Amino acid sequence: MNETKLFKRTAISVNMLWIFVFVLVPNLMVVAISLVERDTVSFFRWVPTLANYRGLFDPIITKVFINSLEYSTVTTVLTLVIGYPFAWFLSRVSAHRRSLLLMMVIVPFWTSSLIRTYALVILMKANGVINSTLIALGLVKGPVSILYTDIAVYVGLVYSLLPFMILPLYAVLEKLDYGLIEAAHDLGASNFQTFTGVVLPLSLPGVMAGCIMVFLPSMGLFYIPDLLGGAKSMLVGNFIKNQFLTAGNWPFGSAASVFLIVIMFIMIGVYMVVMKRLNSSVIP
Amino acid sequence: MSVVSLKNVSKSYDDHVVLSNLSLDVVKGEFLTLLGPSGCGKTTVLRLIAGLETCDQGEVYIDGQDHTRVSACDRDVNTVFQSYALFPHMTVFDNIAFGLRLKKIPLDEIKIRVTETLALVKLAGLGKRRIQNLSGGQQQRVAIARAIVNEPLILLLDEPLSALDYKLRKEMRLELRQLHRKLGITFVFVTHDQEEALILSDRVVVMNNGMIEQQGPPKEIYEEPKNRFVAEFVGESNLFEARVVEVGKYALVNTGEDIQEETENDTMEIQVQGIVKTVKNRKNHARGDEIMVLLRPEDMIVERGEQICPDGSFSGRVEEMIYKGTTVDLIIVLDDGKKVFVLEFFNEESETIFYDVGERVCVSWIDGWEVILPHE
Repeated sequence: MNETKLFKRTAISVNMLWIFVFVLVPNLMVVAISLVERDTVSFFRWVPTLANYRGLFDPIITKVFINSLEYSTVTTVLTLVIGYPFAWFLSRVSAHRRSLLLMMVIVPFWTSSLIRTYALVILMKANGVINSTLIALGLVKGPVSILYTDIAVYVGLVYSLLPFMILPLYAVLEKLDYGLIEAAHDLGASNFQTFTGVVLPLSLPGVMAGCIMVFLPSMGLFYIPDLLGGAKSMLVGNFIKNQFLTAGNWPFGSAASVFLIVIMFIMIGVYMVVMKRLNSSVIP
Repeated sequence: MSVVSLKNVSKSYDDHVVLSNLSLDVVKGEFLTLLGPSGCGKTTVLRLIAGLETCDQGEVYIDGQDHTRVSACDRDVNTVFQSYALFPHMTVFDNIAFGLRLKKIPLDEIKIRVTETLALVKLAGLGKRRIQNLSGGQQQRVAIARAIVNEPLILLLDEPLSALDYKLRKEMRLELRQLHRKLGITFVFVTHDQEEALILSDRVVVMNNGMIEQQGPPKEIYEEPKNRFVAEFVGESNLFEARVVEVGKYALVNTGEDIQEETENDTMEIQVQGIVKTVKNRKNHARGDEIMVLLRPEDMIVERGEQICPDGSFSGRVEEMIYKGTTVDLIIVLDDGKKVFVLEFFNEESETIFYDVGERVCVSWIDGWEVILPHE
């Protein structure tokens, strides 16, 4: 009895300490720095100001945010459109093939996503694998420009984030009672009607979770536009990185970070409210 | 006229044969029950009619039209699923209205029909409830309502009562019968519960290993089983190995006034467990044939304790007496070790049906109530 109690307390307090030191404290520091003035020598000085937040409403900065939201939205939609059929298929194949396919989804995680993005560069550059294949096949005369276009950025974002869409969708679809689909058919619903009337509404929690897990990180993956989009495309993540590493403006970068965190909290809040409402109806 | 007609259908999954060359006709308006142990293929037959499964060979006709390749959503057939398969994201009303909405029926009419159907299944006023706030019995009723509201040609019921407790199950059986009478729809009901099959059906189809063993009215299935499987699956039974020792004219029949020599070949003498009995010879058995005699527990007669039993009765002793309220069940071990199951009803001389364990008894059966089965 006492030993398990001791174990529980130790386990919990170690975790709490870890989260406090490495998550809460750094974030509080970011919030603190976002509220002080910039200093060219020591990065910031302890003079309170709201100028950093005011600066975020500069049209140029606002444009970066809107641009970034656009990338994230399109990426989310693309991963959903690609990931949903895959997750559906995954939930319907035999157990043996399913574990194989799941492996294929998970294996890329074993390599750093930065390295995988470099691999994409090799595939898409002017004399890369895709172009040499196209030329060898005689489909195009000269190399097609893929790298350093929006397409390359989207390929990179979708490729990196697709598993985060597939896995929550799979988790929901796998639990979906196939009897419900049969019941819908039995009552006269076509495949499409069954999807819109039964499968989609029941998989909404997975759709929501997947969208959040793709949308939020897609605003911060700064190295993907850096490597694949050239200097043209910019995410919030790129902006923040530049403020810290290039411009040396820690307070302004911190303010942008806080702004991003606030957006994320709002989205998670919306998600929880919607889920609560869905939960009262969806979970049997 | 048959509303459903399965012609020589076969179905197998991988190497496992589920149905082999099965033919079945369902008469319009009847309450047909497919009865059999689990894995006998009864649910597959139902799913073939529903269109949720396609057969490897053979044809499925519904209302005279070839439906072999028609998909489930285009068939005028609705199913009550074993798991109910109610849509958890919809209210009771929306569940029941699902089929009607797909048929583009005007909302006013949908409202009227759903309300009527709710009343029919005794759920009036519960339309706005969520599915997960209903009890098992109520969910069962919603499942039935969701199917019958569409007024299908055939209603398929896949072991719909198996998840309910005993009392509710008994209640629902009666309601299903009443519903069948009121609606006039053809019901095809699947169950492994022989009691349920006998109570509900106009006709019972007994299945085993993907084939039909026997079909007929409940009384016929119970009283005249065609083979050992049907005899043992439907109701309790005592089976004896027997041999025909004499047929026809040698048989003596006691007409009550005097003993006459039967001249026609419709009786035979059989030897069962060492005793000789005269029985009807309905299936033209010849002398020396090996047969089986089926005796239902309620057809057995038990006489109390003489040392030597009269001719035509077995001697044994009571091994177990089980009091069941309306009946007393006796397990009697015959002298050669065979166990016999006997069921005695209470009557005005009720005290005579109680026996002591170990008491010696003589066991026989009511003449003519035996069933002669082929030897298996």
